[in-house]
Amino acid sequence: MTEIIVVTSGKGGVGKTTTSASLSVGLAKRGKKVAVIDFDVGLRNLDLIMGCERRVVYDFVNVIHGECTLKQALIKDKRYDTLFVLAASQTRDKDALTKEGVETVLNGLREDGFDFVICDSPAGIEKGAALAMYFADQAVVVVNPEVSSVRDSDRILGLLSSKTRKAELGEGAVSQHLLLTRYNPNRVESGDMMSVKDVQEILGIEVIGVIPESEGVLAASNAGVPVILDESSNAGHAYEDAVARLLGESRPLRFIDATKKGLFARIFGS
Amino acid sequence: MGILDFFKARPKNTANVAKERLRIIVAQERAQRGSPDYLPTLRRELLEVIKKYVNVDPDAVLINVERDGDHEVLELSVALPEKGTASGAD
Repeated sequence: MTEIIVVTSGKGGVGKTTTSASLSVGLAKRGKKVAVIDFDVGLRNLDLIMGCERRVVYDFVNVIHGECTLKQALIKDKRYDTLFVLAASQTRDKDALTKEGVETVLNGLREDGFDFVICDSPAGIEKGAALAMYFADQAVVVVNPEVSSVRDSDRILGLLSSKTRKAELGEGAVSQHLLLTRYNPNRVESGDMMSVKDVQEILGIEVIGVIPESEGVLAASNAGVPVILDESSNAGHAYEDAVARLLGESRPLRFIDATKKGLFARIFGS
Repeated sequence: MGILDFFKARPKNTANVAKERLRIIVAQERAQRGSPDYLPTLRRELLEVIKKYVNVDPDAVLINVERDGDHEVLELSVALPEKGTASGAD
């Protein structure tokens, strides 16, 4: 059984690609056979975050157009040999992706015995985003604890429950998971940022992970090494937990409490 | 700002403000979700027709799609002006 997971958000810049990269590495690390697909046609970036940008020969659209085989287009990860990246095309043709084409690729991955396919959605609600979610079994909705991100996510939740194959066939809803990123527990405590509970109450879906705001995330993308592989970063550990939850383990949320200020910091501020 | 204000000035809890605003807008958008795209146009055109006969307020026409099991019900409610103030258009 191949599980198709879309990583989506509506709003841009909230951490979809970072999340796609880390979830797929985390799953591969646990021995799963994983393909991670960049749906952002025209704005390819997953390859950079995964660190394989110089090995892209063929892309998603080449496969759809029959210009190469699926096998030729799948870039094998240097770190885990059960992990493959399918890069987005840099074409400016907005209609390069079609529902039939995407379905053919996904069926090919099913036949090849992939356990997971992670679909990295582009921002927005246009064609690329619609196709990234259409065939999904599960959705990871990436949200920043900030008003526009939360509102856009709710819009995405609406689309997940109506504009997906599962919804159209009446096979029940795509299961929806909330992944909060750029979480800053200190700002939550001081009342400047909505808490996990606040966002969860508004959106009404279960939390699969809370990724603390971390310097490690930028460092990881600079290096092309998904942050989940950074042992020294809390964000990496938080992604590790999210992967475990995705696989059905139950783990308490970490890194959501404010750091206690010392006497010095309390007197002089921070 | 006086010295007393300085001590009184507690930072405002903006997270609560955000949550409250989101709660309202999300509820409103969810209510509209799933309703057919033509509803706003239908409402506007109905209002024009009604206005030919009765001088109603633009807010007097309420239109809604309710789901009841397998079928949908188009609910339409027009509040007519109170007697005496009503004036038929010619």
